[in-house]
Amino acid sequence: MKITSTVVEKHGLKSEEYSKIKEILGREPNLLELGIFSAMWNEHCSYKSSRIHLKNLPTKGKHVIQGPGENAGVIDIGDDDAIIFKIESHNHPSYIEPYQGAATGVGGILRDVFTMGARPIALLNSIHFGSPEHPKTKALLNGVVSGIGGYGNCIGIPTVAGETKFNTTYNENILVNAMAVGHANKNKIFYSKAKGTNKSVVYVGSKTGRDGIHGASMASAEFDENSADKRPTVQVGDPFTEKLLMEACLELMKDNSIISIQDMGAAGLTSSSVEMASKGELGVELDLDKVPCREENMTPYEMMLSESQERMLIILEDKKEKDAKKIFDKWDLDFVVIGKTTSDNNLTLKFKNKIVGEIPIDALASKAPVYDRKWSKTKLPERKTQIKDLKKVKLEDALIKILSSPNHTNKNWITDQFDQMVMTDTVQKSGSDSAIIRIHKKEKAIAVTVDSSANYCKAHPLTGGKQIVCENWRNLIAVGAKPIAITNCLNFGNPENSKVMGEFAECLLGIKEACEFLDYPVVSGNVSFYNGTNKKNIYPTPVIGGVGLITNVNNKINQYIQKEGNIILQIGKNFGQLSQSVFMEEVYSIKDGPPPEINLSNEKNNGLAVLNLINDKLLSSAHDVSSGGLLIALAEMTFGSNYGLKISKPKNLTNLMEYYFSEDQGRYLIEIKQDDLSKIKKTLDENNIFSEIIGTVQKDFFEISGEFKIKTNDLYKVNNTWYNNY
Amino acid sequence: MNSSVIVFPGSNCDRDIAVALEKLKFNNKMVWHKDTDLPKSDLIIVPGGFSFGDYLRSGAIAGKSNILNEVIKAANSGCLVLGICNGFQILTETGLLKGVLLRNKNLKFLGKDVRVKVTNTDNKFCNKYKKDQILRLNIAHNEGNYFTNKEHLKELEDKNLIPFKYCNENGDVNEENNPNGSLNNIAGIFNEKKNILGMMPHPERMLDKIISNDDGANLFNSLLN
Repeated sequence: MKITSTVVEKHGLKSEEYSKIKEILGREPNLLELGIFSAMWNEHCSYKSSRIHLKNLPTKGKHVIQGPGENAGVIDIGDDDAIIFKIESHNHPSYIEPYQGAATGVGGILRDVFTMGARPIALLNSIHFGSPEHPKTKALLNGVVSGIGGYGNCIGIPTVAGETKFNTTYNENILVNAMAVGHANKNKIFYSKAKGTNKSVVYVGSKTGRDGIHGASMASAEFDENSADKRPTVQVGDPFTEKLLMEACLELMKDNSIISIQDMGAAGLTSSSVEMASKGELGVELDLDKVPCREENMTPYEMMLSESQERMLIILEDKKEKDAKKIFDKWDLDFVVIGKTTSDNNLTLKFKNKIVGEIPIDALASKAPVYDRKWSKTKLPERKTQIKDLKKVKLEDALIKILSSPNHTNKNWITDQFDQMVMTDTVQKSGSDSAIIRIHKKEKAIAVTVDSSANYCKAHPLTGGKQIVCENWRNLIAVGAKPIAITNCLNFGNPENSKVMGEFAECLLGIKEACEFLDYPVVSGNVSFYNGTNKKNIYPTPVIGGVGLITNVNNKINQYIQKEGNIILQIGKNFGQLSQSVFMEEVYSIKDGPPPEINLSNEKNNGLAVLNLINDKLLSSAHDVSSGGLLIALAEMTFGSNYGLKISKPKNLTNLMEYYFSEDQGRYLIEIKQDDLSKIKKTLDENNIFSEIIGTVQKDFFEISGEFKIKTNDLYKVNNTWYNNY
Repeated sequence: MNSSVIVFPGSNCDRDIAVALEKLKFNNKMVWHKDTDLPKSDLIIVPGGFSFGDYLRSGAIAGKSNILNEVIKAANSGCLVLGICNGFQILTETGLLKGVLLRNKNLKFLGKDVRVKVTNTDNKFCNKYKKDQILRLNIAHNEGNYFTNKEHLKELEDKNLIPFKYCNENGDVNEENNPNGSLNNIAGIFNEKKNILGMMPHPERMLDKIISNDDGANLFNSLLN
C-alpha cells in the first residue's frame, strides 16, 4: 500500500510530523511502521502538547517512592506498606459505547496498579454528563454507571467514592475518569524498565483481537457527527479474565522472576514493548507469528495496534519460563514467549520469517514531537451581579431547590449499583467527604477522594486549579487523614486552540502552586485533550484524586452529626462571595464573576488545625464547606445521622443569602462537645484560626432560628428524589 | 471445626470468608475447583463472586466443576454446606437446593445494607440468633430474585425452611421491603434436612464494628455451637 497524504492524515499525523518520520528513518515507512508511529506520536501516548507544562508540577516528597512516568505513582505509608494509585480518562470510548467504554476504563486503570505489584483495594470514579434534558444523557448515565459497576463488582474490588456532575458543556463529550488504588509491600514493587539483552519477552493474558485498533488515535481527535462510526474502535471488557490475570500476576510476583512488566493499554503491544525497551535503553525483537490471536488471518498491523484488553507483557529472568508458565496454566491464561530484548535499540518485528518493520526505539519515545503550543491567559472576571439587585427568595426554598438539583441530590441510585464492601476493609463508604479503606489486617487506613470544579476552572483557570487541590486536601482532612499525594486527570478541549491551551497551562500552574504549598505532590496522572465536538470545547475539567493516611483507623470520623447537645463550630472565614456559586446557578441561572479566592496560607493553617483536633479525639464529626456553601454543608451533616440541627442566625447581619450560600474556601464545620468548647476555642485562637459557633445538635429538626424549621427526614427525602424521578 | 472453602476462577469473596473463619477459629482449608479430593470437612462453604465470570447463567459453569461432585456427595451424607451469594446460585445449579435466582426486579446490580429477619433458629446455622431477630446485612448481587414453583414454595413455608426474609427496621416483611423481587421476601433457604443453607446476604462482611456491625457473627458462632 502506498503511503499517500490521505493515509498519513487518516493516521492522525500532520504532514510535518510525517516528514520528521521520513527523516528519522531515512526512508518512507511502510504501513505497519506508519501505524506504529501514529500510535506512539498521538497526543494520548506522547503527551506532546502537555509535556512542557507537566514537568513543572511538584512530584517529589518524603513519602514519594515513584512519581509520574511509571504505570502508576507509589507512596510510602510507613512500615513496609506502599500505596500505588492513578487516575485515567476513558472519555471518548464511553461516549461512543458507554457500558464498554466505562468498563474498560476501570479495567485499564486496575492493570496499571497491579502491574506494579499492588493488590487493588479501591476504585473511584469522576463522571461528567451533559444536561439531564439532553436526549443522550439518560442512556449515557445508565450505561456508564453499570459499566463501572459491572467491571469492579465482578473483579471484586470495592468502588468506594466518586463524583457525578451534569453540565451542558459535556452534552456531546462526557467525561469518564476512573481511579484505582492498590496496596503493595514497598520492597516488592515492579517497574517497566527492561534490563539485560536476550531476555525473554512474554505475552500473557487474553488473546489479541481486532478490537480497539487505533483507539489511542481516536482519543486524540475531536468528535464530529460521524463519531458513532468509531464504535468498532472501542474495546470490550472481560473482568473475569482480568481477575485471573491479576491473580496470576500477583502470584508470579511473589518470587523474583520478573525483570519488568507493563500492561498493554492504549496502543497495546506497540506502546508496551516500546516503553519497556526505551526505559531500559535496549531494543526489542518480536516474532508476531507467536502472538496469541482471537481471530484468523490477523496482520502485523492489526496485532501491533489492537487494544484488546486484559493483556500484559513481561520480561523474565533467565530460566524462569517453566515455573512462570505453570502459574498462568493454572489460571487458564495464555503464556507465550513472543520475543527477546536486544542490544541494537530497534523495535524489530518479524512475521512469517521476514522482517516486516524496523524502527529505532528512541524515534518512538524520546524523539517523539514536543510542542510548545500558543496559549493565552484568562483575566480574572469582574464581579457583576449584586445580590441586592436580584428578586428575593426564601432561604428554605433556595435550600430545597439546591438539595433536589441533579448536582446536589443524593447519589445512592449510583452507588447502590456498586459493591462497596467486597474485601471487607471498607470503613467509610461513599457519601462522606472521603472514603476510608483499612489496610488489610492492620490498624492503619487510607482515605481517598476525587474532586473537580469545572465552573471555577472555566471562570479563572489559575484559581480553579488551586481550588480543586485545596478541596481535595480538605476532604481528606475532614475524615482525619493526613493528605499524602495526588494523581490528576486533566480533561481539556483542543490544545491547538490557544484559549484551551491557556486554560490547561493556567490550571496546571494553579495545581502546582497549591500542591507545593500544601506539600501534596503529584505522583501520577493522565492528560485527555480534544474533549469537544465540532470545535466546541468542554470546560477545563482537571480532576484530582487524593490519598491520605490515617495511622489509627479508630480515630477516623465522618460528616454525620453524632450527639444531641453538641456544638457546631465553623472554622475559616466567610466573606459572602456568591459569584460562580451553586446558589447563583441553581436559583438565578447566573454564572458570572470570579471563583472564590484561594488563600493557601489559611487553607493550610485551618486544615492542619482540624487534623490535630481529630487526632486529639476532640471532634465528633467534621465536614468541609464547599459547593453549595454553609447551609448545604449543614444539611449534609444531618443526612446520615439520627439528629437535626438548630442554627442561630449570624450576629453581624450580612445578607443571609451571602452568609449561607457563599462558597468561600478553607472552611470546615466541626462538631464538638459542650465541655470541650473553651479548650478548642483557645487552641484555635492561639493559632490565629477564625472560628464561630453556628448552632447545636438537636432532635429531628433542621432549623434556622427565626427563618424555618423542617423535619430532617423530610429534608432527606427532598435530597433523595431526583434520580428516582429521572 | 474443619471447614473447606471452594474457590473457583472468579470467586471474589473467598478471601473475606477465609478471614472470617480464621477470626472465629475454624480450622479452614481453601480448595481449588480443579481438585478432586475434598479435605475432611464438617462445613463446606461456597463463597460469593462471579465464578467463571457468570457469563452463562450465574453459577452454571461452577455447578459442573470437578470438586462439586465431592461437595454433592458430602452434602448427601449430612455435611453442612453454606452457599453465600454466588455460592447460593451455584448450589441451585447443582440441585442441592431447589429453585433459581433470577435477575433483580429492577434489573440492576444491588449493593447495599438491608434488614433481614431470622425466622428459624432451630437449626445448625442460626441457633445463636433470637427468633425474629432483625439483622442488618450487606447484599451485592445481580441475581438474587429467588423463584421456585408453588408446591416447593409451600413446602418451604410449611416446613419452616426459610431462615432469612428481607424486612425493614421494624421487621415488616412486605413488598416494599423486598430489594430484589424474591418470592415471599426470601433471603435464604434450607434443603429439607436443613444441612444445606443458601443465602444472598453476606454474613462474612458483618463481623467487625469498625467496618459495619457484627450481625453476621452469630451465624458462624451457631455453626461452632
